[in-house]
Amino acid sequence: MTTARIVANNLLKEFGHIVAVDDISFSVETGEVLGFLGPNGAGKTTTMRMLTGFLRPTRGEISICGINMLAKPVQAKARIGYLPEGAPLYPELTPGTFLKFAGMVRGLGGKELDNRIAETAEKVHLREVWNQAIETLSKGYKRRLGLAQAILHDPEILILDEPTDGLDPNQKQEVRQLVKQMAETKAIIISTHILEEVNAVCTRAVILARGRIVADGTPRELESMAADHNAVSILIPSGKAALLAEKLEKTDSIRTVEITPRGEDRSLIQAFPSAGSLILTQITDIIKEHDIRVLELRQEPGHLEEVFRKLTVPEERPADGGQA
Amino acid sequence: MNISAIYRREMRSYFSTPLAYVFIVIFLMLAGIFTFYLGGFFARAQADLEPFFTWHPWLYMFLAPALGMRLWAEERKTGTFELLMTLPVSMGSAVLGKFLAAWSMMGISLALTFPMWITVNVLGNPDNGVIAAGYLGSLLMSGAYLAISACVSAATRNQVIAFVISVVLCFTFLLLGYPLILDLFRSWLPGGVISFMATIGFLQHFDSIVRGVVDFRDVLYFITFIGLWLYAGAWTVDHHRS
Repeated sequence: MTTARIVANNLLKEFGHIVAVDDISFSVETGEVLGFLGPNGAGKTTTMRMLTGFLRPTRGEISICGINMLAKPVQAKARIGYLPEGAPLYPELTPGTFLKFAGMVRGLGGKELDNRIAETAEKVHLREVWNQAIETLSKGYKRRLGLAQAILHDPEILILDEPTDGLDPNQKQEVRQLVKQMAETKAIIISTHILEEVNAVCTRAVILARGRIVADGTPRELESMAADHNAVSILIPSGKAALLAEKLEKTDSIRTVEITPRGEDRSLIQAFPSAGSLILTQITDIIKEHDIRVLELRQEPGHLEEVFRKLTVPEERPADGGQA
Repeated sequence: MNISAIYRREMRSYFSTPLAYVFIVIFLMLAGIFTFYLGGFFARAQADLEPFFTWHPWLYMFLAPALGMRLWAEERKTGTFELLMTLPVSMGSAVLGKFLAAWSMMGISLALTFPMWITVNVLGNPDNGVIAAGYLGSLLMSGAYLAISACVSAATRNQVIAFVISVVLCFTFLLLGYPLILDLFRSWLPGGVISFMATIGFLQHFDSIVRGVVDFRDVLYFITFIGLWLYAGAWTVDHHRS
């Protein structure tokens, strides 16, 4: 059993003339948390709906733990825990009866089901609202109940469509913690448009735009695609700013230099390296040479927001650059 | 099992909202009104339940679509449709579980008309075999109406549309067996078509069962009718996923 837990091959989904997902392939192993990033309408939800067997792909193959989703949907679905977008639930049921239903459908019963339900309710903190009708619950509780339903049967695969949407910062933290705890033994896909979440929980991220994968890598690798990756910011008294900028511009490995005044008498100088260069030591040398007093100095790791914008905004689309 | 989980979830939804109680009360009220006012139960001075059963095809024409319209339309509206379709449930189990739950509601309502049965036994000496057959026929026919409504419900997320179309379809299958309607067509359609129309309509089959003649073919008709509409419903549900 060396096959990846989730394998998607050349998935294509058309709705009429609209191509929602355009020939994407990827795989996820146990222990991986794959983040799906992308603007609204990029095809995240559609892809997840195909993986979970809700939508039939126009073309392509899906394998769940080695089981072909299209040929044996019931067996494949049994291996997945899924939180659909917006966490839909039966409004007239209570969390208790709802989880009982979810467990029974998945073939659990008796003492085992009761234990699982108790355990899961504890994990996602649902006890306070146990006997309340779902329609009266707050958004946070509904989201947690949706999550509870997805993890109830301890599935090998977890697919969560925006699991932290609508939660407050504390609840978001809890959900991320929960996902991290489960990551070791499961293959997990989560979609989000909160970029900090990618750094917080994902081992790998895929950026989708217009139905295509435009980037695929670890969060660190993606950050390194940012224009400000390894850029150096220096805060110095304004008097020396012009001098430093001039010296920096003459350095080969530095592409551009920007000066921004900060307050009355300080200036922020940002030096952007040409591709792949490390410029920090050269800059410190120059600073020492001219005896400039430095108030602040830091090397930027690169911002995901930057990469995200670069890859997903149509005007700035690189000429098929990121396409794997 | 899967079917039973779906079934129990549906039943719980009926009974944790006013729906079940309102439905049962309305059912019993209408059944009573039809029997006593339109059927002239006492005026006939006969110890049987014919005036009770005669009106059931009309009673179900509204009540079955009312019960069936939400089966799928509501799931699609609230989004739980996606949840249900990604659970490890076969289409057959989902369709059957839901249908059986709705049919049980009909069965429970029908069973609660038992005071009627007791009444005729107190007032006279009815043929209880005929009455039992009447209940069987009535239950089968309610299933046929429900199967239509469930299928229509799968085609739309709007419950009002589901209701209206279901009523029209049920009405059509009811009328198909009426002598008045058949006569209308008799002048210009060949006899074979006329008897086919009468055969696929409800009334002929229902009438013969209610008269106490439980013919295997009439029972088979209803079972087949339900099966076909459930199959069409499953197809519609599947089709509407993508």
